[in-house]
Amino acid sequence: MDDGCAMPIFGSLLELENVSVRFGNVMALREVSVRIAPGEALALVGANGSGKTTLLRALHGVVSHSGRRTVLAAAPHGRLPVQGMVYQRPFMLRLSARNNLRLAAWLGRLPRPSWPDRIDAALNRVGLSGLGERPARALSGGQQQRLALARAWMLQPDILFLDEPTANLDPTAKREVEAVLASFSTDGVALVISTHNLGQAKRLASRIVYLEDGQIKVDQPTAGFFGVAARDAGGTVDLFLKGELAWGLE
Amino acid sequence: MSAFAQSVATASRLILEGNPVLVETVLLSLSVSAAACACAAGLGLCSGAWLAIARFPGHRLVVTALNTLLALPSVVVGLMVYLLLSRSGPLGSLGLMFTPTAMVIAQTILVLPVVAALSRQLVGDSLRDGGDQLRSMGAGPLLCALLMLVHDRWAVITVLLIAFGRAIAEVGAVMIVGGNIEGVTRVMTTAIALETSKGDLPLAMALGMILLGVVGLVNVAIGLIQRGKGSALAGVR
Repeated sequence: MDDGCAMPIFGSLLELENVSVRFGNVMALREVSVRIAPGEALALVGANGSGKTTLLRALHGVVSHSGRRTVLAAAPHGRLPVQGMVYQRPFMLRLSARNNLRLAAWLGRLPRPSWPDRIDAALNRVGLSGLGERPARALSGGQQQRLALARAWMLQPDILFLDEPTANLDPTAKREVEAVLASFSTDGVALVISTHNLGQAKRLASRIVYLEDGQIKVDQPTAGFFGVAARDAGGTVDLFLKGELAWGLE
Repeated sequence: MSAFAQSVATASRLILEGNPVLVETVLLSLSVSAAACACAAGLGLCSGAWLAIARFPGHRLVVTALNTLLALPSVVVGLMVYLLLSRSGPLGSLGLMFTPTAMVIAQTILVLPVVAALSRQLVGDSLRDGGDQLRSMGAGPLLCALLMLVHDRWAVITVLLIAFGRAIAEVGAVMIVGGNIEGVTRVMTTAIALETSKGDLPLAMALGMILLGVVGLVNVAIGLIQRGKGSALAGVR
């Protein structure tokens, strides 16, 4: 595993070069190379077991890998980018929503005097300003996911990794979360979203990476991916786009 | 009058007249066991949390040994502490033998595995749910484990209640290291053992009932606190 920091290279916050991840006998990622640019929204799509979540975790630096992961000092003022991650099932401690955010502020080493304003702003940003004192685990699934987004946003991330952030939510909650994500993207936060939902990828992403068997098969701007070019890429991408990928291939 | 009815009558009389010897014995029982639980909580919760995250050669063996110690006989603990604290023992110079402090040490050793083993399991289960997320937020492994103790605080209180129950109900260890000296180291369980050996079974039974009642009151008080908090957390999954 080679994690490094470097001087800014134009157009990238984070790079993976020839990264492979192995879990026991299973090769979850094979020689993957990808770059994340400031402010872009990247969707990772593919069938179950194709390596989306592993790639997300490798990008976030929380999984052992071979190859090179480079975090580049391309964030404003030449600092290293702040990273946040939101999971499919957000884990909230049995504390109030506000105290969960306080914990995140403490772990994120935010200056203590800034906590109240940051927490209020974060709750307000995700539409939970009236629910700060509610026990976090008493919130609905969609509200908990928005609280998780607030928790990540409060640290003012440059890159936000999202692992199927709406997979367990009803359509209304999905729309609410997507609206929050779209607003983050508008603010210039780079989003990396692992998703099964092609509609969501189309709505949120500016670029799409299609994974198959731990390898990147397609890496294109969203318009191109849903157009002819991706279908010409071969493999299972065409079947995937049509929703006709057979169980055996998944 | 049956022996059981006689025991109830004796227990009622002792409580109603506020028997000073009984009060003193109950208070010593509570204070020794509470102190032992506090010591075991400090050591056991930290070591349980650490064991939940630590990976080293022999880890599985340590966990198995810890779980085995859940069945540690109190008499064996008493003998161990006796050998340590007796005049010829390595800590004999401290002069702790036949003091409440010796009883606290013995009960701490007795309940430490209970607290450590159960908290290890508790923290391990919670870390499987949310450990990754806390780590991605910047918490180190040990901090994650300690945060899980906060997360599972009501279950931790239950663990401590179990430990308190085991401590206050044991007789072997406190008998050996305390000596059952009236007014100094006599606690409820040693008093029950004494009255049984004297053949005063109704009084022994009455003391047993009072001991159970006292522990019941402690549980009710903690249950009320939990219920108060629980209603505030209604609907929490």
